[in-house]
Amino acid sequence: MSGSHDAHDHEHGHHHREPESQLSLRVRALESLLVEKKLVASEAIDRIVAAYEEDIGPHNGAKVVAHAWVDPAYRQRLLADGTAAIEELGFGGVDLQVVENAPGVHNLVVCTLCSCYPHALIGLPPVWYKSFEYRSRAVREPRVVLHEFGVDLPENTEIRIWDSSAELRYLVLPERPAGTERLSEPELAKLVTRDAMIGVAVVKPPAAAAR
Amino acid sequence: MEPVPSREIADMAGAAALPRKNGELVFDEAWQGRIFGMTVAMSHEASFAWREFQAQLIAEIAHAEREGESTSYYERWLHAFEQLLTDKGLIDAAALAERTRDFESGRRDDVF
Repeated sequence: MSGSHDAHDHEHGHHHREPESQLSLRVRALESLLVEKKLVASEAIDRIVAAYEEDIGPHNGAKVVAHAWVDPAYRQRLLADGTAAIEELGFGGVDLQVVENAPGVHNLVVCTLCSCYPHALIGLPPVWYKSFEYRSRAVREPRVVLHEFGVDLPENTEIRIWDSSAELRYLVLPERPAGTERLSEPELAKLVTRDAMIGVAVVKPPAAAAR
Repeated sequence: MEPVPSREIADMAGAAALPRKNGELVFDEAWQGRIFGMTVAMSHEASFAWREFQAQLIAEIAHAEREGESTSYYERWLHAFEQLLTDKGLIDAAALAERTRDFESGRRDDVF
């Protein structure tokens, strides 16, 4: 998580008492003038910031993963029919197949033709995902690509490559890290990264994730 | 009504690309989110087209890079936004300076 929620004062700093930066003062002055001229409404700004913070990111996918980790029946449904299972949680608009990592099996998602990607679940694709280099090398030498992302798999781990298309998108269900038995579902969701759901990272336990 | 993020904004490429971490937008300070939201809201209200702001932002970033300024992405964004509003006659530079002083001195504490 970006920490932006912590920085986001829900009072919008109206009643700040600590010294405020010139930039912050300037932005408040701008908002004040524009609101006065009825060119913008403070509530509209609130809603837009919230929408962009919530929708552009891997939050939805992370919720799906965390739910699958804590609910074995949901996990089964998710693997059997990803499209239907994410609709249960209120996410849709994408034909989805979920592929599960397990000891000895690692999944990696690519779109060799363009940049098909499950936006609704994990936000917008990173630049490297769209690059020709990733698109070609993920298929040709996945182990090397994974190593460059910092993932070193045992020699005998099978790597499965999933080539997304306009018709079908893939999402990796990463392995739940050890030592997370006591975490709640929302706490688990915070550990799940975009890269883990593409397959270029593994989910780290909380202590390692905080580093 | 919940606003739906626009791909035109979220997908800006090159130097204008929004700062992100783990795919999420990053606002290091509250005012950065505020100026982002203000700009997007005004483009929704048709005060200007998004591409107009984007062109201004790109120009501002290029200028800052040329001058070797160490300003942050959202500081450049703020300059571009002010410039666009001034050019369109939506805001008066003197009024903005005065309003900023009002907030600084504590004469004003609320944005509305």
